[in-house]
Amino acid sequence: MADTSLSTDKLLDMYRTMQTIRQFESRVRDIFQEGQIPGFVHVSIGEEASATGVAAALTEQDYITSTHRGHGHLIAKGGEVKPMMAELFGKKTGYCKGKGGSMHIANFELGILGANGIVGAGLPIATGAGLAAKVRGSGEVAACFFGDGASNEGTFHESLNIASSWKLPVIYVCENNLYGEFTAGKDVTSVKDIADRARGHDMPGVVVNGNDVVEVYEATGQAVERARKGEGPTLIECKTYRWEGHVVGEEAFLGKRSYRPSDEIEAWKKRCPLITFEQRFVPDTFSEEGLTAVQAEVKQAIDDAVQFAQDSPYPAPEEALDDMFSAT
Amino acid sequence: MSEMNFIQAINTALAEELRLDPKTFLMGLDVWVGAFGATSGLTDEFGAERILNAPISEAGYAGAGVGAAMAGMRPIVEIEFASFFYCCWDQVCNQAAKLRYMSGGQADMPITFRAVCGAVGSAAAQHSETVYSQFMSVPGLKIVVPSGAYDMKGLLKSAIRDNNPVLVFEHLKLGRSKEEVPDDEYLVPIGQAAVKRAGSDVTIIAIGYMVSQALKAAKSLEEDGISAEVIDPRSLIPLDEETFLSSVAKTHNVLVVDEGHLRCGAAAEISAVIADKGFDSLDAPVKRLAAPDVPVPFSPPLEKFILPNDKKISATVREMLG
Repeated sequence: MADTSLSTDKLLDMYRTMQTIRQFESRVRDIFQEGQIPGFVHVSIGEEASATGVAAALTEQDYITSTHRGHGHLIAKGGEVKPMMAELFGKKTGYCKGKGGSMHIANFELGILGANGIVGAGLPIATGAGLAAKVRGSGEVAACFFGDGASNEGTFHESLNIASSWKLPVIYVCENNLYGEFTAGKDVTSVKDIADRARGHDMPGVVVNGNDVVEVYEATGQAVERARKGEGPTLIECKTYRWEGHVVGEEAFLGKRSYRPSDEIEAWKKRCPLITFEQRFVPDTFSEEGLTAVQAEVKQAIDDAVQFAQDSPYPAPEEALDDMFSAT
Repeated sequence: MSEMNFIQAINTALAEELRLDPKTFLMGLDVWVGAFGATSGLTDEFGAERILNAPISEAGYAGAGVGAAMAGMRPIVEIEFASFFYCCWDQVCNQAAKLRYMSGGQADMPITFRAVCGAVGSAAAQHSETVYSQFMSVPGLKIVVPSGAYDMKGLLKSAIRDNNPVLVFEHLKLGRSKEEVPDDEYLVPIGQAAVKRAGSDVTIIAIGYMVSQALKAAKSLEEDGISAEVIDPRSLIPLDEETFLSSVAKTHNVLVVDEGHLRCGAAAEISAVIADKGFDSLDAPVKRLAAPDVPVPFSPPLEKFILPNDKKISATVREMLG
């Protein structure tokens, strides 16, 4: 096992990140159902390891693009839970001053080029961030999160072709959670493994257990190394699963109609990224008490974030007209 | 001053801005060879690293331009024909136009999209459109439509320096048209219309290639004792409403001419602005002359039938004032 190369500090950071994502998402689900959050939210419970493992292999200067199911990616890339939660509430203290909401959080200082409400839209954007790094020779890489659904978009193929042709420093991370909205990937996708599509664009395609944070981290590390050496992009497919619906409260649209077998959901819950981590590292590397303490710290941070969002003011209505154009 | 054609104006503007700012780079279809000559020779000075020959993959490379702009570069993205914008509508309208606003003003989006537009002669409906009016209802974009070499050079330079997404529409029929252009550097600010000819009886607001047609029409109207003022908006977003309204206050009659389609077109927006804000100055309703709402046809007599030209402009003005 190569995970001996990981320091305990790094491992613990990754655990804390996964806990933060899990608890942030669980709380968002709950308070959304209470009516505290406007609009709609897509949570990534069950997919914490892919976001965490990828981001852990990046530096602060590196870029990511994210998706409609983006809270986890943003937390993993350094997003703070207070301004994130406030953005979900539509408050002035949110990362985007309430103009983006759940699906559109961005923080350019952290290299987060935005979650995106359009499936597949992040692919060319990440490709362009990689292009920027290459044209100016500044050494950053761009990691692009997208789902199995997005791999059926034209932008997926266009982006992989461009990045491979121009040897751009991009890591394409497909989080294959088996469903695009309410449709099973197997019914609408020509390949079993999305990673196979890498071959058509002459780049490495790697399948990893997306629920194993160490495996994701190591695969990403290799892809980052390759990208920084100027050898071009890699496609990593993280096999994972979302425990919740496509959108929180989807029963309201679907009624009793179901699109996923319940035993499938239960089987994937047994492969929980947090349990996977705990089984591997407790008690040899971490004590149960040590990880429980992390859980408690994270709970406090999420409590504080919700309180912060609740206490924050809404933007003044006229602020709807601000932020259109840069003055220069 | 030196005489320069429209294509040379584009080429010079690109070269000057690429020289000035290492963050700029050009990306598009056939830019190495230069499909219409506008980018020819740029690789000699700037190399293939900054002049990027893109695949026929509009969504891919337009989106890459957006990403590069967000990552601190200043890309110039060439879409070739304006109708090809439909292939990257999401990247322009959902991404470039909105991401600054959606991020609460965090991101600048210094990206310039260039495309040739307009009916050049039997290119048929997918290579002859103006397309700009569709973008006018997308908040977050600036749109410029130069009518000659001087404005082309000055507006393109301003577009490249602008920290917002700017769409530049280059009418193919203007390619060989020549104008005097200063040897020293100059910029034409985005958002300022130009009074191309002063007059007192009627205001003709004409867009892009139609400016040349309006000027021709104005000459012929002069022979009938009709004094026409010709205004070129130069940019469609933002619109220089002041210049329109002060002209209308003088002439009391307006014709808006556009090669694009009539319905919800650029002429419709300009007419609405004048009707809203200049009603008291008007002696007659604002009149529009634009292409009927059919795709641009292929056969020469059909194409000629739908396009406005100098004769249709002067005939319409005579009718208005008659």
